[in-house]
Amino acid sequence: MRSLRAGRLTYLALGLFTAGSLFPLVWTAIAASRTNTRLAQTPPPFWFGGNLGRNLQIAWTDANMGTALLNTVIVAGTVTVGTVLFSTLAGFAFAKLRFRGRRMLMALVVGTMLIPPQLSVVPLYMLIAKLSWTDRLQAVVLPSLVCAFGVFFMRQYLVHALPTELVEAARTDGASSLRVMWHVVFPAARPAMAVLGMLTFVMSWNDFFWPIVALTQNGSPTVQVALTGLGRGYIPDQSVIMAGALLGTLPLLLVFLVFGRQIVGGIMQGAVKG
Amino acid sequence: MTDETALLSPSAAAPERPAAEGGGRGRRGQVWRSRRYRWDLRWSPYAFVAPFFLFFAAFGLFPLLYTGWAALHQVELTDPDSMTWVGLRNFTRLWDDEFFWNALRNTVTIGLLSTVPQLAIALGVAHLLNYRLRGSAFFRVAVLTPYATSVAAATLVFVLLFGRDYGMINWALSAVGLGAVDWQNGTFASQFAVSTIVIWRWTGYNALIYLAAMQAIPGELYESAALDGASRWQQFLHVTVPSLRPTILFTCVVSTIGATQLFGEPLLFNGGAGATGGSDHQFQTLGLYLYEQGWVNLHLGRASAIAWAMFLILLLIAGAARLLRGRGNAR
Repeated sequence: MRSLRAGRLTYLALGLFTAGSLFPLVWTAIAASRTNTRLAQTPPPFWFGGNLGRNLQIAWTDANMGTALLNTVIVAGTVTVGTVLFSTLAGFAFAKLRFRGRRMLMALVVGTMLIPPQLSVVPLYMLIAKLSWTDRLQAVVLPSLVCAFGVFFMRQYLVHALPTELVEAARTDGASSLRVMWHVVFPAARPAMAVLGMLTFVMSWNDFFWPIVALTQNGSPTVQVALTGLGRGYIPDQSVIMAGALLGTLPLLLVFLVFGRQIVGGIMQGAVKG
Repeated sequence: MTDETALLSPSAAAPERPAAEGGGRGRRGQVWRSRRYRWDLRWSPYAFVAPFFLFFAAFGLFPLLYTGWAALHQVELTDPDSMTWVGLRNFTRLWDDEFFWNALRNTVTIGLLSTVPQLAIALGVAHLLNYRLRGSAFFRVAVLTPYATSVAAATLVFVLLFGRDYGMINWALSAVGLGAVDWQNGTFASQFAVSTIVIWRWTGYNALIYLAAMQAIPGELYESAALDGASRWQQFLHVTVPSLRPTILFTCVVSTIGATQLFGEPLLFNGGAGATGGSDHQFQTLGLYLYEQGWVNLHLGRASAIAWAMFLILLLIAGAARLLRGRGNAR
């Protein structure tokens, strides 16, 4: 690793790139605080107006954003807990236990890791239609629990982070598998579980294709489905659309404000190992 | 992958219990305990992987395989239970379908327009982030915020920014004396605009991945290059980029897969007009066409055929990547 001191030009270039990264978000807030009439004038507004409260209220009530936010919290929360738990259990087994079929099953996990869910969307839809799950939250929760990346991520972490002797020692003391899991594996896996949890939460919150297919905007939408309704001219008021986009994004931005460094660390960690 | 010796196996980890203290009851209890113990050792690995694989079988593997079966049938969205065997007709129709080829072309163009600049910029940004910086934590989080923004929220903002009459981008273009562009209706212009949204959301993320790989490059490589009189730029070209080769290939594959699946951006960039990808299908991608066939035109069988076509394309990409990596290793 090398670290040269950054010069002024570096700061300038990075500042510009950062500004470009943040500007659309800031402008979402600016547009959300204006009126539709103001947004149909040139030049476009560069500073906040006084209409934010009204727009947020309309987006909240008329576009189902209240329900949508609650639904998304439920979906993303359940998916996160389930994914982290299942991935840790399976990741531990693949990292530290020997059993028949282990290699084949792991190869299956790795092989499917890069297959995008869009390829299986039709049978998945037929399945949930058969179960009468369309427009129900379990239709988006249950399929999302299949996260091959999570299993791979936890396995890679536990191979190094969990000393095999520790598991062995607990075993020799006569501890059952559940006790080993609870007292040895979970404590060792905690940092990686936290990172996987945050990444899963962000992915689940922003998941788009499957919720659009499985849920409707007037039934039980997630935030992304409700936003699509806004964009499709459900309410043609652009400032209200921006208020909706703001509402749907703010919770994740708050998560980033608090855990941003950990999320950055997690992505960089995953990159080196993956 | 793993060194096999580090694995626990049922036989290796059998506990050594002290000899029984006598007494039939104690011994029987012990036998039972050790039998339960063996049983636990033997079967617990399966119990640990079972939850994942149960869901995987039901919602991952089964649908993936069943797509091929559904593609050979006529299935209507309104009545997904009744399937009529049509053989390869969904595929032959696709072959003669100009909208399919249009969507394929658009997917490739938008894929190139979004992936190539995205990764190039990400490489540059990672290089800058790799300097010793004041506020480096801030910069890292800030470049990742677009990643926290959903496709829907991002696209809705960019629709406004790219607006033909009142959008900020056209306002800026005319301010510097260039003409306004019809970002929605022009073929290249709309594809460029859609690509911009992708680039905006993913460049920072890829920059962090490159940064992680750059930090793993040993400093001696740079020192010896500097001794050989290599300039900073030459060091970047001849030390940094070659060391990042596997990472670059990895991000190329991931971004390409993402590009073949592009859906939300072109759907919402169309304003209120649905899944057509513009008035002239000018930015309709394969993902969007799949959705239009299945959930607008209600032809689930044809949608499955499109999914299989996408799968084939992915296989081609994977093959190409493998070939590239093979060549890299041989060198």
